Amino acid sequence: MTSRGVSVAFEKARADGRAALVGYLPAGFPTVAGGIAALRAMVDAGCDVIEVGLPYSDPVMDGPTIQRAAQQALEAGVRIRDVLATVEAVAATGTPTLVMTYWNPVERYGVDRFATDLADVGGAGLITPDITPDARTDWTVAADAHDLDKVYLVAPSSTDERIAMTVKACRGFVYATAVMGVTGARTTTSDLAGPLVARTKAVTDLPVAVGLGVSNGDQAAEVAAFADGVIVGSAFVRTLLDHADDASAGLTALTTLTADLADGVRRGR
Amino acid sequence: MTAQPTPWDADANGWFGDSSGQQWGGRYMPEALVAALDELTVAWQDAMADETFLADFDAILRDYANVPSPLYEAGRLSELVGCRVLLKREDLNHTGAHKVRNVLGQALLTRRMGKTRVIAETGAGQHGVATATAAAYFGLDCTVYMGSVDMKRQALNVVRMRLLGARVVPVDTGSGTLKDAINEAFRDWVASVDHTAYLFGTAAGPHPFPSMVRDFARGIGDEARAQCLDTYGVLPDAVAACVGGGSNAIGLFQAFLGDEGVEIHGFEPGGDGVETGRHAATIHAGADGVLHGARTFVLQDDEGQTIESHSISAGLDYPGVGPQHAHLAASGRATYTPVTDAEAMEALALLSRTEGIIPAIESAHAVAGALEVAKRLAAEKGPDAIMLVNLSGRGDKDMETALEWFGLGTEK
Repeated sequence: MTSRGVSVAFEKARADGRAALVGYLPAGFPTVAGGIAALRAMVDAGCDVIEVGLPYSDPVMDGPTIQRAAQQALEAGVRIRDVLATVEAVAATGTPTLVMTYWNPVERYGVDRFATDLADVGGAGLITPDITPDARTDWTVAADAHDLDKVYLVAPSSTDERIAMTVKACRGFVYATAVMGVTGARTTTSDLAGPLVARTKAVTDLPVAVGLGVSNGDQAAEVAAFADGVIVGSAFVRTLLDHADDASAGLTALTTLTADLADGVRRGR
Repeated sequence: MTAQPTPWDADANGWFGDSSGQQWGGRYMPEALVAALDELTVAWQDAMADETFLADFDAILRDYANVPSPLYEAGRLSELVGCRVLLKREDLNHTGAHKVRNVLGQALLTRRMGKTRVIAETGAGQHGVATATAAAYFGLDCTVYMGSVDMKRQALNVVRMRLLGARVVPVDTGSGTLKDAINEAFRDWVASVDHTAYLFGTAAGPHPFPSMVRDFARGIGDEARAQCLDTYGVLPDAVAACVGGGSNAIGLFQAFLGDEGVEIHGFEPGGDGVETGRHAATIHAGADGVLHGARTFVLQDDEGQTIESHSISAGLDYPGVGPQHAHLAASGRATYTPVTDAEAMEALALLSRTEGIIPAIESAHAVAGALEVAKRLAAEKGPDAIMLVNLSGRGDKDMETALEWFGLGTEK
């Protein structure tokens, strides 16, 4: 168990009798420095764990909001070193910081090299939405060598056998996708999430966090009633997109949203 | 009629190649789609072992799609190069290309699985038109994703799809081309997988698509091989096809992989020339990576971001390639060579004038490359040497491009 791993944050939330709040933004959005400021604001306002997205040209699991942000970052020339710099700046706050990435950039960079560099900047591990543990990669070996968290996804369509296989490969937490669909804020929470979390918890002691669709404190509270963590991405991205012309108003709005969500994860139990 | 497995086929997990060396394909996909891909794998394997399904497929191809297509000896072209040039006339199929085989196969499978809706991606619009056609034939609801850039380039095919009753959805993200349409189709599928089948347009993507699409297209090669033996009593000396994603090529090649004496040639879109960087020659100039669910060759930058491809032929304009082609290239069983836009257009004009056949620009890449091979065969083996080329589609859709390229708008 490492100090940088996300398990510490989940344990703390559990001790407080609440769910953890996991916040996501892609690196380099709206700029590299602006993204770091935004993520630090989210930490200050109550995020327990941060996911830094690695912008990718072919994000098949993302809806229009995150696609737009990632594309903007890519067009501005964001590189993996910028992603690592973002991780370093956020991890320095003491908040566990993961990278959420599609697989090909990691492979092209070199799996072990990526793991080495991520560990060097204090990163906690990877969330890998477009691969499963049974896909052939060198990630398990590299993650184990550098003591990094491995977060894979389970879905409402997953069989019990696949959930068991997936949680066995996870370290840190298990990412349960609440809906059958891509990322994006939704007006109602999914009724698929509860049963999925129950099926997952039946086969693991790892924390189970729920993502896809949560955008406000009330939804966070609903999810926090049955999950160990609530993951929010598109709603943060949307807030920054809505304040594209005024960075300081964007940070203020981000802080307000984070506080609402942080309140939500405390109301759920 | 069930095809026997060969050393060139994928294993149960979709891996091509010897397990002791580099392997290609597999399945790199979000967990949410794994159950659907597993369901599809089982359904496809059951169907391939079911004589009734295979008989239904053959009957639809014969009665509706004008398959088997003829193997035609191009007399004047043969004279020009000094040996026999045979054209597998897939351009004469219903909808004008080999793609009708794949969509009818997948749509028949969709009906067998009890799903009511199909989705597809399309680049040039050919796969979209074929899918819309199959959906109309089987009475399935149909949505086609198409890059907004491609919709402008291929406006006529958009009209065709809509006429056939399909919903055509423009995709503005990324480069607004085929790869982005594939991304959008996957996004749809994640949310609709319980009642929707994704009719993938080429022999690429996650397992089972590379093998399944090949199985539905392999009639091209099975027929051509038998037709060649029937007429000439021998196998061809070489076979050739164009390779974008690679469905027509693998459909032709599969039948000849075990015939050691038969050279196998794939011709990739060389665009403005590989040295210019504006091309789609994925095998020639790409690097090992993962795109759209498979390990294969990918046009990518030093950080693994996909590079936009370029070809005059929208149907070959794709930055990845089917994993079985990656395996055939890496193992040396097949040879892949780039053909530039200019070479392809020259071949298009040549075939039009010598044979009265206007090929699709995609297929013109195969013709251009094959003529060079044929000249060598003629020199090595004499006039009885046989060069067999898959003429994968007809050129009607490409007349605007031809008009612009050749400046044919006014009589000179």
